[in-house]
Amino acid sequence: MVDKVSVKDLAQATHLSVFSGKEFLANKFVTVSDISRPGLELTGYFNFYPEERIQLFGMTEISFSKNMTSDERFVVMSQMARPETPMFLVSRNLPAPKEMIEAATKHKIPVLGSKLPTTRLSSLLTEYLDRQLAERRSIHGVLVDIYGVGVMITGDSGVGKSETALELVKRGHRLIADDRVDVYQQDEQTIVGEAPAILKHLLEIRGLGIIDVMNLFGAGAVREETPIDLIVHLENWSADRNYDRLGSGEQYQSVFDVDIPKITVPVKVGRNLAIIIEVAAMNFRAKSMGYDATKVFEKNLNELIQQNEANDENQPTT
Amino acid sequence: MEKRDFHVIAETGIHARPATLLVQTASKFNSDINLEYKGKSVNLKSIMGVMSLGVGQGADVSISADGADEADAIAAIAETMKKEGLSE
Repeated sequence: MVDKVSVKDLAQATHLSVFSGKEFLANKFVTVSDISRPGLELTGYFNFYPEERIQLFGMTEISFSKNMTSDERFVVMSQMARPETPMFLVSRNLPAPKEMIEAATKHKIPVLGSKLPTTRLSSLLTEYLDRQLAERRSIHGVLVDIYGVGVMITGDSGVGKSETALELVKRGHRLIADDRVDVYQQDEQTIVGEAPAILKHLLEIRGLGIIDVMNLFGAGAVREETPIDLIVHLENWSADRNYDRLGSGEQYQSVFDVDIPKITVPVKVGRNLAIIIEVAAMNFRAKSMGYDATKVFEKNLNELIQQNEANDENQPTT
Repeated sequence: MEKRDFHVIAETGIHARPATLLVQTASKFNSDINLEYKGKSVNLKSIMGVMSLGVGQGADVSISADGADEADAIAAIAETMKKEGLSE
C-alpha cells in the first residue's frame, strides 16, 4: 500500500515546472489527495489551515496578494510554509511572487508552476493522487486485456493460468500482470489492476522460466494497467460439479466494494482455454453492448413453447 | 430398455432452467437416454437438443433409457420431473 507520493513523482506525472527548491523535491511528500487554495489564509486567517495539503495559488490568490505590501506577503507566506506542507503551486503560468519563493526556500519547501488553469490543474492533481494513494491489494492471478476487456484469470497453482496468458499474448492480446495482480478501487464501479513494478511485462512458464513478453512480443503485447471487467476462474474438471450450461447463472466475485462478473471454466485435456477465454471476453462485450445470446434464446424458446401449446389445443384429442 | 410417459403440467413448459436440471440428472447415468416429443427424439444429455423441442404445458412426452442403469435413470428423471413441478 502506498501512503505517500513524493513531490518529485507528482511533478513528473503532472508536468509541473520548478520555480525554486529543486533539491527538496525528493524529500517532500503528499499524503492526502485534497488540494488547498489558501484564499482566507492570505488575509491572515489561519484557523483550520490544512497545512498538509498542496497549496494551490490561482489567479484569485495571486491577484489578491498583489494588493498586499511586500512585508505582508512575506509574513503570510512564511506562516503558510509549515514542515508538513508539501509544496506551493502556481497555476496558469503566473509568476510566483518573490516573497513566496523566499519564504518557501527558508522553510525548505519547493515552489512549482503549471500552465494549466487552476480548476483543471486541481482535478488533475486529485485524480493522480487518488490513484496513487488508493489502498492496494494483491490477487493471485493473471490479468490480460482481450479486445479491450480486462480479464483476470484465477485458479489454483498449476492449472495453466500463465500458459493460457502466453497463448492469448500470441493471439495478439495484451498482458498486464502474471501471478500477482495489484488492484485498487478507482471509483464506485471500477477496480483497476496492475503489475508490481518488479514483475512488469514478465511471465513465468514452467520449464522455460521467466519470459519478458515486451522483449519477445513487442510493445503491443503489454499494457500498464486495465480496469478488471471479468474474472475467469479455471478449475480442474470434476464430474460431480454442474457447470453453467446456458450462461444465465450470474456469478460475482467482490473486490473491495465492487462485484465483478465471474465465470468458472472447467479445465480438461483437449479444451483450448485461450480460445474459450477469448470468446468469453467477446461475449462479455456483446452483453455490455446490449446483446445477450442467452436471453434472446430464452425468449425464442418461450415463444416456441407457446406455439406448440397452441397447436396441441387445436388438435382433437384422440 | 425402460420407458415412461410423462404429461407436462408446468405452466412454462420445459424452458431453459428445467431443461438444464433434466440434463444434469440424465448425465449422471451411463445409459443412453432419449426424450421423445411429437415424433422427434433427442438425447436427454444434450441441453440444446432438449430445448430445441420447445415442450409446452399439456404436452405428452416419453423418456426412454437403454443401458445397465436404465431403471435407476428413469426413476431419477421421474423424481426430477416431479420435484420441478414438470409432471405428476
